[in-house]
Amino acid sequence: MVEIRRPKQSAGERHTTRREQQGASQSKTTLLGRLRSWLMHNRQVAGESLQRLLMTPMASMMTWLVIGIALALPMGLYVALGNVEMLSRGWDGAAQISLFLRFEVTEAEGRQLTKKLALRADVQSAQYVSRREALEEFQSLSGFAEVLGNLDENPLPALVIVRPQDSDATADITEQLLQDLRKMPDVELAQLDLEWVQRLYAMMRLGRHMVMALASLLALGVLLVIGNTIRLAIENRRDEILVIKLVGGTDAFVRRPFLYTGMWFGLGGAITAWLIILLSLFWLSAPVAELAGLYDSQFALRGPGIVDTLGLWITGAILGLLGAGLAVNRHLDAIEPQ
Amino acid sequence: MIQFDNVSMRYDTGHEALKRVSLTINKNEMAFLTGHSGAGKSTLLKLIMLMERPTNGQVIVNGRNLKSIARREIAYHRRQVGVVFQNHQLLFDRSVFDNVALPLVIAGHQPREIGRRVRAALDKVGLLEKEKHNPITLSGGQQQRVGIARAVVNKPSILLADEPTGNLDPQLSTEIMQLFEQFNQVGVTVLLASHDLSLIARLQHRMLTLRDGQLIEAMR
Ligand SMILES: Nc1ncnc2c1ncn2[C@@H]1O[C@H](COP(=O)(O)OP(=O)(O)O)[C@@H](O)[C@H]1O
Ligand SMILES: [Mg+2]
Repeated sequence: MVEIRRPKQSAGERHTTRREQQGASQSKTTLLGRLRSWLMHNRQVAGESLQRLLMTPMASMMTWLVIGIALALPMGLYVALGNVEMLSRGWDGAAQISLFLRFEVTEAEGRQLTKKLALRADVQSAQYVSRREALEEFQSLSGFAEVLGNLDENPLPALVIVRPQDSDATADITEQLLQDLRKMPDVELAQLDLEWVQRLYAMMRLGRHMVMALASLLALGVLLVIGNTIRLAIENRRDEILVIKLVGGTDAFVRRPFLYTGMWFGLGGAITAWLIILLSLFWLSAPVAELAGLYDSQFALRGPGIVDTLGLWITGAILGLLGAGLAVNRHLDAIEPQ
Repeated sequence: MIQFDNVSMRYDTGHEALKRVSLTINKNEMAFLTGHSGAGKSTLLKLIMLMERPTNGQVIVNGRNLKSIARREIAYHRRQVGVVFQNHQLLFDRSVFDNVALPLVIAGHQPREIGRRVRAALDKVGLLEKEKHNPITLSGGQQQRVGIARAVVNKPSILLADEPTGNLDPQLSTEIMQLFEQFNQVGVTVLLASHDLSLIARLQHRMLTLRDGQLIEAMR
């Protein structure tokens, strides 16, 4: 550590009180020392502000919870969208055509047709599902097992599931293929299962916009909540503010504890929001795993990643600072020693 | 050190609290400001602290015309002037030490330096052993001395006091006055407002008397 000290003053200089003061403050507080004590003071004020909040745990907890819920809504929606996106990532080329065969078509004919289809250039794969298999699958998925078991006859047709070849240029090729398939005599109905994927994407786009709208709205709410809380804190510490201003505290000095208080409110709220989301994901994970199992999927819910988590915390802290800043600007100037 | 030139001060209510006041208080001087209640003593001190601005005239402190001090510079001006008030304005949510340390914390001194100076100031007012107490547990006279310690801890060149003995009995008042005289003897300029003539008449300092906002006497 480098300490730059001014040389000792001469006795003559020491007699003048004014010079003595300035000399003393210059020799004892170097620039580096000043920076150091400024940092230390900030750390101390930050610590004291947090301690103050923890001294009234119920009131602070309520504020954190309010902010937490407000932040958890858009963040939760965002996490949910992320999960849907991940789940649907493999579906771009997942356009598939269900080819329902006429009842008169025998199983042998059906399998023959499937082989023929699989050889087509625009078809990636074709899979035959017999009437019995269709029924079994339907029973296991729908829970209508008993009802269906009571029927004399299997109501389901056999079908061929056709996956179109090229997944990039899906639309055109698939459309052409669909037309061809519909013309086949054995085919009762050819149905493209793509529309709902497109619908899903449209909904996800909508969802993203909703997250933004909701986030801005609730961020505004958080600003107001923090602003109001800080306004009360300022009112409570009126005497202290007056004394500080009277003995030469700068505006920055007076503001600092309130800005830190706001930051702690925001950060605490963001962490609360994060916990709410983690809890919700935990609560949902078992049913989701069950559902995924039914579809033979390894899918598991994914929580907010490191980046999103840090982003949430930082956003919370910044919102807190901003809210406090607004309150401080509005209310602090009014408190002047009289 | 402190100079008033034709200073008038009219409050928003229209009341003219000071009328064309001119005075000079020299470096290292100790002076009393007297006058009936409402004469304008507190107003005069507030002008020096820049708690108010004059409607007319100019106030010069430490060679600087206060007119030239912008709003955000006021804090730095106040650090050169120590103040003691009748309602000592101590904070009861912290110890005596922390109360006295406040001006030093504000000025950004380092903890070791703060500890040293606070103890020196408390020692001067005879309250060193009370540093850890909450000021609410102290007597009125002791609280006033804590206020004085806070006013001098930053080694201001000027010390202002507004009715510093207002709530105290004569014995304690005399002790407080002796304390101000001690600070004056080590080179601090002291201006002390009091309406208690019996107390200050005994002391050998210049007396400035206000009546209805006008300076009527400036005598030794
Ligand atoms: N903030 C204020 N607003 C309006 N009038 C005030 C204010 N402060 C003081 N005054 C008036 O100014 C006059 C002088 O007050 P002050 O300086 O407090 O006198 P002193 O300290 O000598 O008792 C009084 O008449 C008082 O009512
Ligand atoms: Mg007064």
